[in-house]
Amino acid sequence: MKELRNPAALRRLLEDIGEKTRVLGRKPRLMEVCGTHTMALFKNGLTPLLAEAGVEMVSGPGCPVCITPNGIHEAAIAAVTETEDLTLATFGDMTRVPTRKGSLQTAVPARGSRLRVVYSPEEALDEARRGTGREVVFFGAGFETTIPAIAYTAKRAAAEGLRNFSILPALWLVPPALRAVLASGEAAVDGFIYPGHVSAVIGAGPYEFVAREHGIPGAIAGFEPGDILLAVRSVLEQAVEGRPRVALEYARAIGRDGNPVARALMAEVFEPFDAVWRGLGRIPASGLRFRKAFAALDAGTRFGLGPADEGRDLPGCRCGDVLRGVIRPEGCRLFGTKCRPDAPLGPCMVSYEGACLIHFKYGPPGGPVS
Amino acid sequence: MSDKRISLDLGGGGRLMREFIAGTIVPAFRDPLLGELADAVHLPGGVAFTTDSYVVDPLFFPGGDIGRLAVNGTVNDLVVSGAEPRFLSLALIIEEGLETAVLERVIGSIRGASRAARVRVVTGDTKVVRRGQGDKVYINTAGVGRSIARPKPGAIRRGDKIILTGTLGDHSLAVMLARGDFGLRSSARSDCAPLLFLLPFWKAGAKWMRDVTRGGLATVLYELAERLPYPVLLEEDKIPLSRPVQAAAELLGIDPLFMACEGKAVVVAPAKKADDFVRRMRRHPLGRRAAIIGEVQGRVGRPGELILRTAAGGLRLLEPLTSELLPRIC
Amino acid sequence: MCLAVPAKITRLEESGHGTASYLGSEVAANFCLVPQAKPGDWVIIHAGFAISVMDETEARETLRLFKDMAAAERR
Repeated sequence: MKELRNPAALRRLLEDIGEKTRVLGRKPRLMEVCGTHTMALFKNGLTPLLAEAGVEMVSGPGCPVCITPNGIHEAAIAAVTETEDLTLATFGDMTRVPTRKGSLQTAVPARGSRLRVVYSPEEALDEARRGTGREVVFFGAGFETTIPAIAYTAKRAAAEGLRNFSILPALWLVPPALRAVLASGEAAVDGFIYPGHVSAVIGAGPYEFVAREHGIPGAIAGFEPGDILLAVRSVLEQAVEGRPRVALEYARAIGRDGNPVARALMAEVFEPFDAVWRGLGRIPASGLRFRKAFAALDAGTRFGLGPADEGRDLPGCRCGDVLRGVIRPEGCRLFGTKCRPDAPLGPCMVSYEGACLIHFKYGPPGGPVS
Repeated sequence: MSDKRISLDLGGGGRLMREFIAGTIVPAFRDPLLGELADAVHLPGGVAFTTDSYVVDPLFFPGGDIGRLAVNGTVNDLVVSGAEPRFLSLALIIEEGLETAVLERVIGSIRGASRAARVRVVTGDTKVVRRGQGDKVYINTAGVGRSIARPKPGAIRRGDKIILTGTLGDHSLAVMLARGDFGLRSSARSDCAPLLFLLPFWKAGAKWMRDVTRGGLATVLYELAERLPYPVLLEEDKIPLSRPVQAAAELLGIDPLFMACEGKAVVVAPAKKADDFVRRMRRHPLGRRAAIIGEVQGRVGRPGELILRTAAGGLRLLEPLTSELLPRIC
Repeated sequence: MCLAVPAKITRLEESGHGTASYLGSEVAANFCLVPQAKPGDWVIIHAGFAISVMDETEARETLRLFKDMAAAERR
């Protein structure tokens, strides 16, 4: 889809966007909920172009690595450092989050134990199938996009009666977090760019309350530069017309109903509970845990990892405020000085989706946009 | 004593490693030749000297193996430093239990690669360590060459062009896929090769060269840009990529600008000569996809910055690699 | 929050496992979440799982829109 990166087409969209901000008569502030959007905005150099067109983008709570509280990261570290002959499998970004116990990458595994980076949860399941007498723990973090894959893996493990496989869940739901962001009233956003791949599972329905109850426009976007600008244009159009809704600007990839098969699988294996998010605190029905029938797969219980839902942030770190859209990364005193990608003090400087890392690495020439 | 320990990141070719070298190694010896931190050092008497160690898992991968790496890596360090490679030393650290046939295959490959690169292996050493204290075989080679030119970063001016001799990331990807990770299969092949064809460009007026290895293009050019009184601007859509690398970059979420090569270099050339350089490079099989990918300029950015104009038309600042490349799903 | 790419299904086994191709590379994938998918379909793959089947008509529509915008801008 290189047409969606065509500079001429993008210029055209940016002109439209500039025109709409002029009609609005103010500089709208839009929240991109999803970290992959943050990444795409910066990697393609779109943030400064949007700023020129009069649009300010703020990042939302859409980085699973970042919003997972340190207590859970520390539980994963405990699993691999305190149990022998154990494989802790997880996604790449999860391995570098700094905690009071260091990070998974700096932790020294117990005898015979190791850390393994995987692309799919099934790679971890395969290792459990092969290894006799070896415990395999999948440290699974993710939003609705990733949860069905983890649910599938859990269900397979249960069906095959694999006793050496378990999952440490850090599973988060987007709509309750949006409710929390809106309820706090701190972020003051004029519109939302909704996550395309979360929506592939949940569809458009769960965001309707934002337009209905809060009167805030929004659009579901894909991840090419053109996709994002189309969504921004749609949000501004809704604002100009005074008719907020949930526009779908990613119809080639997803339908308004999402994926009911994936949702049914999630619901079969997991149940919602009031989870604690880094920066946002406890949010009603915002996390998922194993249902009773699958409780044997819970690594937390199996290895006695204890209650893991405390914040335990490192001192001075303002990741929480960044995740709520209250400050931009540059607003944190540690940003770029004491907290850098190679010596991060908070997860937002670790994850490839973390707003701090992205602002640091992909800032525009001549210093950060403010 | 601090309880800090060495992490894998230190060896990744990123900022941590640069800080370790500048903060620990250089002050320990205080030698002006070492202080240049060049890929190879020009000694008095027209002799250039370099060394490098090779560790790779797996030992064999599409397009190369540890033996070819050990020859070509050292040869290329000499070439991009302005020296014609002549002699190599060969030191092997072998793990107890390694199959003899594997070792013979590696030696055979070193022989083939050194012939292809026209260097002679003239001295060496062999050590065996206990099982578990090493991983199959590690190789160190030192290289000696004849100085033919000195890189002149101080002579780089506004308007000079940045030439890349071919596609990025093929080596990194070939090794990653040979490990069988991530369920990905493609025709990726390491670009491991000796860059002898670049030697004539020194005489023709090249100002500076570096081979693009660990840390990738962004790290190599960042280290150049930070020493220049001008910003360097790269054009994303001019940077050649093979299809397997394009695919893997998007599937695994890794950036080709940070992926390692073993047979590519960047060359800084005066504007007037750059087109001719590219034409000549393209005549050689190892330079078929050579291209001007950017320039030293004064229109965009601040002195010392390395800037990428993205395919979408935006601008973005490039930083050196800070940690090991890991695929990400989120 | 979720990196995913479009790829074309090249092989689909009864178990729901198979492969998809993207720019000539083959990636192993699980298609159990999209039971309606068949070889030749384009899907969105995330963490080794296809989560959505793409709509070709909509994809062509998007392409046309961008080609038109690019042409209009150049004029």
